[in-house]
This record gives sequence, C-alpha cells and structure tokens, in this order.
Amino acid sequence: MIADEAPLLVAQGVAKWYGRQLGCRDISFSLYEGEVLAIVGESGSGKTTLLQLLSGQLAADAGRIAYRTRDGVLRDLGEMGEAERRFLFRTDWGYVHQDPALGLRMSVSAGGNVGERLMTVGWRNYSRIRGTAAEWLDRVEIDRGRIDDPPRTYSGGMRQRLQIARNLVTAPRLVFMDEPTGGLDASVQARLLDLLRGLVTELNLAVLIVTHDLAVARLLSHRIMVMKAGEVIEQGLTDQVLDDPREPYTQLLVSSILPA
Amino acid sequence: MSFSATPVLELRNAAKSFTMHLQGSLNLPVVSGVEFSVAPGQCVVLAGPSGAGKSSILKIIFGNYRCDAGEIRVRDGEHVIDVAQAEPRRILALRRTVMGYVSQFLRAVPRVAALDVVAEAAGAKSLEREAARANAAALLQRLCIPERLWQVPPATFSGGEQQRVNIARGFLDYRPLLLLDEPTASLDAANRATVVELIEEKKRRGTAIVAIVHDDEVRRAIADVEIDVTRFAPAA
Repeated sequence: MIADEAPLLVAQGVAKWYGRQLGCRDISFSLYEGEVLAIVGESGSGKTTLLQLLSGQLAADAGRIAYRTRDGVLRDLGEMGEAERRFLFRTDWGYVHQDPALGLRMSVSAGGNVGERLMTVGWRNYSRIRGTAAEWLDRVEIDRGRIDDPPRTYSGGMRQRLQIARNLVTAPRLVFMDEPTGGLDASVQARLLDLLRGLVTELNLAVLIVTHDLAVARLLSHRIMVMKAGEVIEQGLTDQVLDDPREPYTQLLVSSILPA
Repeated sequence: MSFSATPVLELRNAAKSFTMHLQGSLNLPVVSGVEFSVAPGQCVVLAGPSGAGKSSILKIIFGNYRCDAGEIRVRDGEHVIDVAQAEPRRILALRRTVMGYVSQFLRAVPRVAALDVVAEAAGAKSLEREAARANAAALLQRLCIPERLWQVPPATFSGGEQQRVNIARGFLDYRPLLLLDEPTASLDAANRATVVELIEEKKRRGTAIVAIVHDDEVRRAIADVEIDVTRFAPAA
C-alpha cells in the first residue's frame, strides 16, 4: 500500500535570499522513490537555486530539508557534517549539469570519468572498474571503442550521455538534473530523453529535474511544480497541470508553446 | 453476467469548469451535477452533441482534468479513492493498476517502437517484460498493424494506425475500469468490429467501461446504459 511508504526527500518552508534579492521561498514538498518531479518556470524564477538548496550545495536561510538515508532514517541535511554530505553526493545522489564540462573531467578518459565515481566508493580492482565503465558506455549508447578518449573529443550529446553514465554508475537513489537537454539539437535531445526515460524507470530513480521545456517535463515527470518569482505557484500531476492549468502564469506558459 | 453489484466507479455531483485567465478570466462551465455509476462488466456510453462535455467527464475521472466539485469514487480493491481529492501519487497508482484510458489521439514518444509503446502500458509489476511484448504483438496482430511496423516509432503512422496502437495500449493489461474516448473514430469496418469484440471480452472479464462512441452500430453493440450528458449542462 503506497500510503505506508516513507518519502525519500522532504522540503518544508525552504527559503533563500541573496541579500535583499529573493532566491526562493515557502518551498514544501515530498519526493518518493521512483518519482520524477519536474521544476518548471522561466529563467530567474528560482529553479536552479532550489535545486542547489535541495542538493545541499547552498545553505537555506529558512526551512528544513531532510533525506532518508539507506538505513531508513530521515536526516536533516542542515545537521549533517560536510564529509557526510559529500559522501551522499558521491554515492546515493547524482547531479547532472546542463553543461557537461561542469560534471566531467574534460581531459580524463571516458572510462576514467565513469571509473572515478566507483573508486570513490571503494572499488580498487582495475579490470572490474574498466569492465563496469565499458558496460555503462553501452547503456548510454557510447561506442566502447571511445573508452580511452577524453570527453573534450566528444560531441555535445555524447558528453551529456557520459555525464549521465558517470552519475548512475554508483546506483544512486536520487538524481538532480539541471536542464539536462538544454543546448542540444532536437534529434540529440530526443535520443537523450528516450535514454533517460528508460534508465529512470529501470533503476526506479527518484529525480528532481529543472527544465524550462514543458515537453521534457511531460515526457519524463510524474509531477510538476511551476515556479514564478521564487515561489511555487502551482503543483500537481504533470498531465493535469499541463492540460488543465489553473494559474494565470501556468496558462500563459502552456499556451506559449508552438506546436511542432 | 454475475459480478458484484458494488460499483467500480461512482460520480456524485461532480462539476467541471474552466477559467481562462488569458481571456479576461472568462469562466466556462462545462458540466455540473454529474451523477452516475458503473458496475463491473457494465458499459456506460456517454452521449450528447460535440461540446457537451463528454470528454471532460472522462478526463476528470482519469484525473487528467481537475474536478471542481463533488466526488469521483473509484474502487481499488478494499478501498474507495476519491479522484477529486486524491494526492497525485494515489492517482498515479490507480492509473497503474485500476484505470486505463484510451484517448482520441496517441501521444507519440520519439524513438520508441510501436511494439514497446504498447508493451510499456503493462507497467513493470503486472507482467514480465517479454510476456508483455508477446501480448502486445498479439494485440497488434488482431488490430491489423502489419508486423513490419512493430519496430517503427508510431509518429509516422496514419491516423487509423496510431489509434489502433493506442487501443492496443489501453487493452493490453487488465484494469477494472476502462475509459474510452472515441476508440473507433477513424477505423474501417473490420477494425471497428475487432474493437467491439475486444470490448465484449473486457466486459465478460468484469471490466467496467465508460465510453464515448459516435458510431451508432458500435454504440448499440457495446452499451448497457446510455447517458445523455446534456442533462448535466450547467444552468446558464
């Protein structure tokens, strides 16, 4: 029965100010295992700030963010030590940046990029690490023959797929994604979305995805939060919010999409 | 037919309207006071002219549109869930195991083959992947989708082919409640007959069905009850 399930991530009244400038405020929600939550809104609406708060990269000025660790205990992120948070980041969490150069080491080989995550969780056997890295290249549709090439020799779409492999190789439970398909050509984007959709379902990942692209939200997410000027103005089932938007701003967003 | 008389679906005083903020907060009432129930193995057909709110009623049942008032009670085993009030996760859980919806148009996913578009509808729990693919293949065969198209993403299919892929999706897995929005609208006579057969099979297995059908022949074949939705027209 789903009612008994405990949430993986809980936010209550989270707020962030940059001096007198509002980042975001009054953010409250729960995210469950296997659930994909899209955060949509225009540039400057506080989406990325929120993602950084939730992933512990920024400290919140108010509110509480708690994560249920593998021992089943809901732990307050603010009360965790820096070392513990970093450990979570390397194991249980993934963070996919819009710009793959921020999430990859551009002059280290592709195999090294994926293998490095495994080494930080204690893997030592070189051939096992290489073998697992090669399997992950397969899964993200990168030719194994490119395993020794550094990502700076890769195309944009390949870099993004490599970043995803690097994040997922440690079997995280929660992945943050900041505009993962931004800046890619339409056909490359479709391939990446299809790949992400498959992996998310297969690995039962919980995902928080920031996007300004409503088509991406519709394809990947179960639920959606619409942000405007630092606040969540509407949230609910993805298809309900997109097909029956209630707020004036959401109606404007939905009606502004050009049909393909 | 001898199924339990407890309804699978019961609408109580449900209402739907739209407020169009971009058109000066124009309020468009669609339906109000919607009341009916559907028993296992029963098919209720919603009738009425275009624009009377038939599709909106299906969408508020599925949770695709918000319900502004009243209750939409869906039975899930021992429990009764009110879709009008339920949390998004609860509605998603209902969609995975209790209610299926065949929309008028297929929302094609880029790069996913027709066979997988259908097989995915089984969800992970109910059937194993291979079994789901085998069932999907059998359904596509019955609906006359040529095998050479099974590995092709349906975005390029004709309207009728897309609709049949959509029907296969909706009919693949067992759901106690099935919502059908014009499932035969762009099909030829042979395929219409197949869809009628599929609906009859579902009814015999106890599925409760709410359908919108314009074709008189199909409607006569499947309807146990007809409801004229103009009686739910909001008072002007």
